Amino acid sequence: MRYSGFRVIAEALTGHKGWKPVWRDPDPKPDYDYIIIGGGGHGLATAYYLAKEFGQARIAVLEKGYLGGGNVGRNTTIIRSNYLLDGNEPFYEFSLKLWEGLEQDFNYNAMVSQRGIINLIHTDAQRDAATRRGNAMILHGADARLLSRDEVRQMYPWLNFDNARFPIKGALMQPRGGTVRHDAVAWGYARGADQRGVDLIQNCEVTGMRIENGRIKGVETTRGYIGAKKVGVAVAGSSSKVMAHAGMRLPIESHVLQAFVSEGLKPLIDGVMTFGAGHFYVSQSDKGGLVFGGDIDGYNSYAQRGNLPVIEDVAEGGMALMPAIGRVRLLRTWGGIMDMSMDGSPIIDKTHIEGLYFNGGWCYGGFKATPASGWCFAHLLAKDESHITARAYRFDRFLKGLMIDEKGQGATPNLH
Amino acid sequence: MRLTCPLCGERDRREFYYYGAEDYLHRPSEGAPLSEWDSYLHLRDNVAGVVRDLWYHEAGCAQWLVVTRNTVTHEISGVELVAERAK
Repeated sequence: MRYSGFRVIAEALTGHKGWKPVWRDPDPKPDYDYIIIGGGGHGLATAYYLAKEFGQARIAVLEKGYLGGGNVGRNTTIIRSNYLLDGNEPFYEFSLKLWEGLEQDFNYNAMVSQRGIINLIHTDAQRDAATRRGNAMILHGADARLLSRDEVRQMYPWLNFDNARFPIKGALMQPRGGTVRHDAVAWGYARGADQRGVDLIQNCEVTGMRIENGRIKGVETTRGYIGAKKVGVAVAGSSSKVMAHAGMRLPIESHVLQAFVSEGLKPLIDGVMTFGAGHFYVSQSDKGGLVFGGDIDGYNSYAQRGNLPVIEDVAEGGMALMPAIGRVRLLRTWGGIMDMSMDGSPIIDKTHIEGLYFNGGWCYGGFKATPASGWCFAHLLAKDESHITARAYRFDRFLKGLMIDEKGQGATPNLH
Repeated sequence: MRLTCPLCGERDRREFYYYGAEDYLHRPSEGAPLSEWDSYLHLRDNVAGVVRDLWYHEAGCAQWLVVTRNTVTHEISGVELVAERAK
């Protein structure tokens, strides 16, 4: 069923009796050409592009819970391509271009809203760094603007411009950045994949991998053994657990990142904003809640809940930037598990096991990458070679000293 | 979360700095092949369950600690001094 304005009107006039379930709920077949482990944003996007762009068939997505029940429904919904390094910026700009055409492409309203993102500048050194970053973005075909203090003040006059320690001196803006309705991304990709014959198999946890003579034969699951010619793993947050079935140790630690939403307010912030003097970022949802977050909790964790010190730290960042929110009440906080990689950048690569492919290590930047991650992983699965924008995301970059260390922190997962 | 430092007693998590897996205590010997250094610096078991990690009591006794902790429940079952351990 295609969605359209006409369809909405026709259904409204006939009592909404014509809507159908958006995807099937099939039982697993004995074998497939491709198995994607992980029914989150990245896994569903991979299956969708594998079927649509690379013409492949006999594809299944295996999800241990329900579709979109992991980090794709837990993030703060921001899209942007304001990276500095050569290994990253072309990939994230490719992703932003895919976001721009996504809703037409999969015929689903994902509420892609290019409301602009600004990274605030508080010192002269930060302005130099922002200028360099903006230039790098422009060189890779993205958009960037350096805003003066007065331009920022026109946008958000109520920010704490004259904070004694962290006065606001300007901002780096990416006008094409913005937010997306995150659940709808999973649902849109799921629907699109299902329409192209992909079996989306839920409540199906992978419990083992059958590997013979260095080649993958299939996976053991809670719904029985399923054979496959190629298996792609896209389970960021649980990567180490799943890849342990193949005997692999990864350059990844799992960490919990918290996110927050306030009670609904009248329109206050029309874009996305990041504080440059602490780790705090914020946007406002269409329902009026301030959606914000900050640092990861800082220690290895698989608990999808965080600790109070980080809540305090994030609240302090918010207050330093926006004293006006001091009496706003917090509605909800929650946590998601991040694959924190050793250099803060992801991996989309083959493994040493023939037919086994890996996509993970997204740190806390996985949501914005969803379309390009799916596209590039599908490219790798179908053609056995990396997509041009994802060539740097290799397993062996750590051994070879080719780290993509956007933040310059070295091999310290909790500091990226 | 609170950690019980062997020297300072039970203290708030904010006094401690998390460094990473215990793997950092197993430095390869001089002349070890690159793959061993890669494993030491970059590769981690990262299990969902009981792990042994290095913490630093930054705002206390400035000792390095090995903390045995469950990454799923955040339960802490042991804190030892690295200095004692090496003896």
